[in-house]
Amino acid sequence: MSTDRLAGDTSTDMAVMTYREAMREAIREALATDDRVFVMGEDVADYGGTYAVTKGLYEEFGRDRVRNTPLSESGFVGAGIGAALGGLRPIVEIMTVNFSLLALDQLVNTAATLLHMSGGQFNVPLVVRTTTGAGRQLAAQHSHSLEGWFAHVPGLKVVAPATPEDARWMLPTALADPNPVIIFEHATLYNDRGPVDPRLGPVDLERAAVRRTGTDVTVIASAGMVSKALAAADILAASEVSAEVIDLRSLRPLDFDTLAASVARTNRALVVDEGWRTGGLNAEIAAGLTERCFWSLDAPVARLASAEVPIPYAKHLETAAIPQVDDIVAAALDLVGGR
Amino acid sequence: MSDPTDADPAFAGYDYVLPSLGADMDEGRVVEWRVAVGDTVHRGDLMAVVETEKSDIDIEIWHDGIVEAFLVPIGELIEVGTPIVRLRSIESGAASQPHAPTPTQPAPAATEPGRPEPARPAPVRSQPPPAGPPPAGPPARPDGQRVPASPLARRLADEHGLDLTMLTGTGPGGAVLAADVRGAVPVEPLRLESPRRRTPSTMRSLIAERMSRSNREIPHYHLARDVDVGRLGSWIAERNENRPITERLLPAACYVRAVALAAARHSEFNGSWVDDHFEPADSVNVAMAISLRGGGLVTPHVRAADERSVDEIMSTLNELVSAARSGNLRASWMTGSTITITNLGDTGADLVHGVISPPQVALVGFGRSRQRPWIVDDLVTIRPIVTATLAADHRATDGANGSRFLATIANHLEHPEDL
Repeated sequence: MSTDRLAGDTSTDMAVMTYREAMREAIREALATDDRVFVMGEDVADYGGTYAVTKGLYEEFGRDRVRNTPLSESGFVGAGIGAALGGLRPIVEIMTVNFSLLALDQLVNTAATLLHMSGGQFNVPLVVRTTTGAGRQLAAQHSHSLEGWFAHVPGLKVVAPATPEDARWMLPTALADPNPVIIFEHATLYNDRGPVDPRLGPVDLERAAVRRTGTDVTVIASAGMVSKALAAADILAASEVSAEVIDLRSLRPLDFDTLAASVARTNRALVVDEGWRTGGLNAEIAAGLTERCFWSLDAPVARLASAEVPIPYAKHLETAAIPQVDDIVAAALDLVGGR
Repeated sequence: MSDPTDADPAFAGYDYVLPSLGADMDEGRVVEWRVAVGDTVHRGDLMAVVETEKSDIDIEIWHDGIVEAFLVPIGELIEVGTPIVRLRSIESGAASQPHAPTPTQPAPAATEPGRPEPARPAPVRSQPPPAGPPPAGPPARPDGQRVPASPLARRLADEHGLDLTMLTGTGPGGAVLAADVRGAVPVEPLRLESPRRRTPSTMRSLIAERMSRSNREIPHYHLARDVDVGRLGSWIAERNENRPITERLLPAACYVRAVALAAARHSEFNGSWVDDHFEPADSVNVAMAISLRGGGLVTPHVRAADERSVDEIMSTLNELVSAARSGNLRASWMTGSTITITNLGDTGADLVHGVISPPQVALVGFGRSRQRPWIVDDLVTIRPIVTATLAADHRATDGANGSRFLATIANHLEHPEDL
């Protein structure tokens, strides 16, 4: 398994595709190879999905395998749980994480708990795909990063592919998992193009990946923040600050082994999170690193998160509200300032 | 501070008690007062010479005040914590109230060997002290306050046996960072992969490491020259005649000055051997080996000693010795030394076969002053003689250079009026 392939790696047998195409390819393969797999969600069939991920799959696999649902997240997520319990392998698409709140009861009270409540008798092999994040001027009801909320819940596995290759190869692992997995796809990533190893196969869902090695500061990011962190690392390199960039990949469980090993070397950590700061996943990571790496820290663990406001509609305000490359550079320089 | 005296508005003085000068010291005797009744003393001033089971030690005071009375006779064996001097505050000027709790106060335990604690934390003041430490100053906290330092810096300091209070922090709020600790570690790069904590005698192992490296890497050559210090002795005595104790000159300051002038002239002895070549230094920073009470030694330097008068050097040396013994050395005093002096005259050695402190290329040693038969103007007479020695790096210089360097030093010491 290769989880630490650098984004710029273009070895000989690499396919280059967009994040959207990679995800679509993953779903297509699942539909083609496993009769138990089906897709359902709002406008996923003839319309091809709001973000066009399932485009063409309805034509290829038909209405039984690619099903439109009513605008009722609680209803169709519940139906997905029932199908999973009944032996199928549903891929349920929820248009955005904001709308997933309508299905919180099904996800948190049912999908995450049934194995426990049934004394281990009933597991729920459900895969939920949903979009997260800001950056597309979709305002406060379509732009929030609430994946940290789900990462709080025992019984759920939460992943966030940040590269086309992870978009391609996380899904088969998620489908093979006997328990619910939620995949968060950042809305700004769909058009990102990158190398995908067509023969890589299912990847580990529980390990973070070092996307760039460095010695002075560890920048920890996920989803849409990974490419910003990598861009920041390029700028930092010009200031002779060597930043190591880690892509979390899995938000639950958190791969503290990888994070702590890095921070033990760099002695400084910056957690970049598109979610809010207060009670955010960034706080969990900062606390966990302080517990594990206290005697290796040469500075307090720093956090860079979104402004504590509903994500604004206006372009400049939206840009200002979420962490940008320059913010990451400034926070990292601040952190190593005492070197 | 939680000291009860702070709450007492009538408090105008305090009793200075016999400090514990090591974890194993329970008692001692005052063998000499270094101050007189009526003297104004300041933090860091030497109060008395105290005889302990190990040696005679100068004890310092941690607060300002005016000496009002001596409370113990010379030579009497007293317990640690016994009040020995009564002081009154400089501001009040009034006679102090005897301070009741003091005599029964237990002695503060020394936190580490070689670092005396303040006798008791009873500052003489009628005004609140300045808030917080000066941002650029040393983060020394003799009052027990915590030195701000990153966890990594603390771990590294621990591993290298460095006292955080001796370091100058460059982090936020003067916090000591890892880089500050590494900058103060004079040996090869840290072996970070070793999680093993060093034993308390880390200074010993640090010296071991450094000196082994010196003997392993540096081809030493040694030269000696006897110096007639008779004129120097009278010159010093003359200058000291009308001076208060605190301003008195000691031969060590003259040694520093003489070596500095010689090193400025023979610049091939003033610098570092790095990457297979000699790099002369821009200024002459003469380090002085200072042995510590708890064992081991430190080598802080007098910066640009060739540009300072002997009096200035003397006052710096006093500061260095006091700081070294109280654990208040600044990192800036510890790094950037260009040549080192070791003066073992006080301990009775006749001459020093020195070991160079890498990457420096020379070390000048001074032995004790001995009354020797000496020929002056064809007459045998008795003169005080000190043997000056040079340990030098043969990669950087040769014996002929060394001999001339020593001759210059000797010449300066034999003509003290030009120092």
